[in-house]
Amino acid sequence: MDVLTTPLLTGTATGAILLLAALGLTLTFGQMGVINMANGEFLMVGAYCAYLTQQVIGSPGASTLVALPVAFAFAGLLGLLLEVSVIQWMYKRPLDTLLATVGVSLVLQQLAQDIFGAQGDPVTAPSWLGGHLSVAGYEWPHRQLFTIVLALGSLGALSAALKYSSFGRQIRATVQNRELAETLGVSTRKVDRITFFVGSGLAGVGGVAIALISGTNPSLGTSYIIPAFLVVVVGGVGQMKGTVIAAWAVGVTTAFLTDWISGSMAQVVTFALVVTFLTLRPQGLFTVRTRSLA
Amino acid sequence: MTIAEAHAPNVEDVLDASAPQRRPSTGARLFHAYGQLIAIGVLAVVLLVWAPSSLSAFRLGTLGKYCAFALAAMGIGLAWGRGGMLVMGQGVFFGLGGYAMAMHMKLEAAGPGQVPDFMVLYGDGTMPRWWEPFRSAPFTLFAIVALPALVSFILGYAILKRRVKGAYFAILTQALAVAFSTLLIATIKQTGGFNGLNTFTTVFGHNLYDPEVKKNLYRVAAGLVIVLLVILWQLYRSRYGELLLATRDAEERIRFLGFDPASIKLVAFVFAAVSASVGGAIFVPLAGIISPSDVDASASILLIAGVALGGRSSLLGTVIGAIAVGYGRSALSERFPTQWTYFQGALFIVVILLLPSGVASTGSMFGSLVSRVRTLLPRRTVRVASSIELDHASSEVLA
Repeated sequence: MDVLTTPLLTGTATGAILLLAALGLTLTFGQMGVINMANGEFLMVGAYCAYLTQQVIGSPGASTLVALPVAFAFAGLLGLLLEVSVIQWMYKRPLDTLLATVGVSLVLQQLAQDIFGAQGDPVTAPSWLGGHLSVAGYEWPHRQLFTIVLALGSLGALSAALKYSSFGRQIRATVQNRELAETLGVSTRKVDRITFFVGSGLAGVGGVAIALISGTNPSLGTSYIIPAFLVVVVGGVGQMKGTVIAAWAVGVTTAFLTDWISGSMAQVVTFALVVTFLTLRPQGLFTVRTRSLA
Repeated sequence: MTIAEAHAPNVEDVLDASAPQRRPSTGARLFHAYGQLIAIGVLAVVLLVWAPSSLSAFRLGTLGKYCAFALAAMGIGLAWGRGGMLVMGQGVFFGLGGYAMAMHMKLEAAGPGQVPDFMVLYGDGTMPRWWEPFRSAPFTLFAIVALPALVSFILGYAILKRRVKGAYFAILTQALAVAFSTLLIATIKQTGGFNGLNTFTTVFGHNLYDPEVKKNLYRVAAGLVIVLLVILWQLYRSRYGELLLATRDAEERIRFLGFDPASIKLVAFVFAAVSASVGGAIFVPLAGIISPSDVDASASILLIAGVALGGRSSLLGTVIGAIAVGYGRSALSERFPTQWTYFQGALFIVVILLLPSGVASTGSMFGSLVSRVRTLLPRRTVRVASSIELDHASSEVLA
């Protein structure tokens, strides 16, 4: 049975990180039509936040807990800066945001490499993440469970905020009908910025989880950004439900394939599966029904 | 932009529209129709006559490599600039052509019946079956065109027919580039893995170290650029070119007119793939190596950088942009390896933000800027003056 449970758990943990990276993407894509290729670098920023807080605080246990809000805030602020400086000028040109943010991601990677060096830095996981949880005869590593709990917690907090808070209502209103929201007095510009902040911040939180599993690296974002986008595409743009299912599916599929064939072949096969899926359901798992032609 | 802004009539626009339209003179119309052909001719003289006679062998070789990039860039210009499909995985097709050529040259270097050296080094010295046809030069040339055409057709048919477009399309093509380079690195015994294919001796029987052969390779690369430029020039002014442009700007309208936008875009996508593949094939003998880093996602993005810089929908802009980016990269990365990445990043941000149509548009942009400044500054007085004139006119009519 271990042949099934081990990849299931690692896959779910990978899916959890993909979810944290993809939530920001799907929020900004669905709401503003903006493709943020620099979102992967916000994962990297979050990972370095975990590294730096550990350097300052020392104790791995306390620093991990401190790193989560720090990474959220710092990555979020960077996202806000990106929105204000570059993206807000290109809301009418989604493909151009894609290319401009590619430029931003190149700059951020090189910046991290110049500051921290090309080699990655290890982040010590707290002792309470070292063990295993024995349930029904299976060993569940705490670290992966922590990642899953972190993603589910963030997802829950985000869904609650979207559903119950006034900002959440404004965000949903803007996604559904920007003009109408504007006429009702919602400042869509402000809503866009908040969405960007939250989306980037979530990627930062995901970065902390990555740092605990595999340490930091200036280019760690690049290996997550494309799978995260595939998750968004498969899930259906702007659809939280779809993103969750797609992230889990992509993570678990890759993990199972990695077990059977090599890791790199698994990526290739996953890509082929996604393309096949898209030819069957071009709009993703879930779609917003509209009467628009596009 | 709010609805009110979009519909508010601009006084200047109204006045401009009412101005009598002047028919352009015959000379101007001829220049409009054939001016680009003259520019291609000038470029042909520069690349094929001036460069071989005055550049050193080393410089000529690097210029040849940039010409190979330019071939891929022209394809991107067609698919992205004219067709609206942001192809972020052209490295894949560049690689298909490049690897096909490299495999043939590798087999030439090994000699008849022999196995390429790296297969002995990394593997057990047996050659995979699918390498065998590449011993034949005609088959290799055929594969350089047919392989990318087939792959892009299948992929494009699957994606475009299902109306996957815009950002989805861009992401999928980039994912393709990631998958392709991962696949190459993973199959070290069949494709040389991370190191790629290198150490060639001959190309179609010609010694690669002979200076005259090198010069001729450059001539082939530059010649291909000119030939493709002429083909694209004709394509852009053809009925199909118009249709492609219309599909980019109003796909639904084209569909309602009875055309199939997917087929129109598919043609451009396949054409772009083949031109990238030809670029890759000529790149290999000029560079002497092809490796996954020449074909991965960041290599594909570098190709786009040239197109964006030169002007995505401009014919000559893509070529000049690709050559400029290639030159800038080698000039900057030799002296400041880290700064090059900053520069490349900044290039993307600045060009996309400020010059979405590339450097080719600076002329017209400067003109529109001047006219905008002219209309902005004395706006109040213009409005007052025009309203007075109108009042005057209406009172005259009344009287």
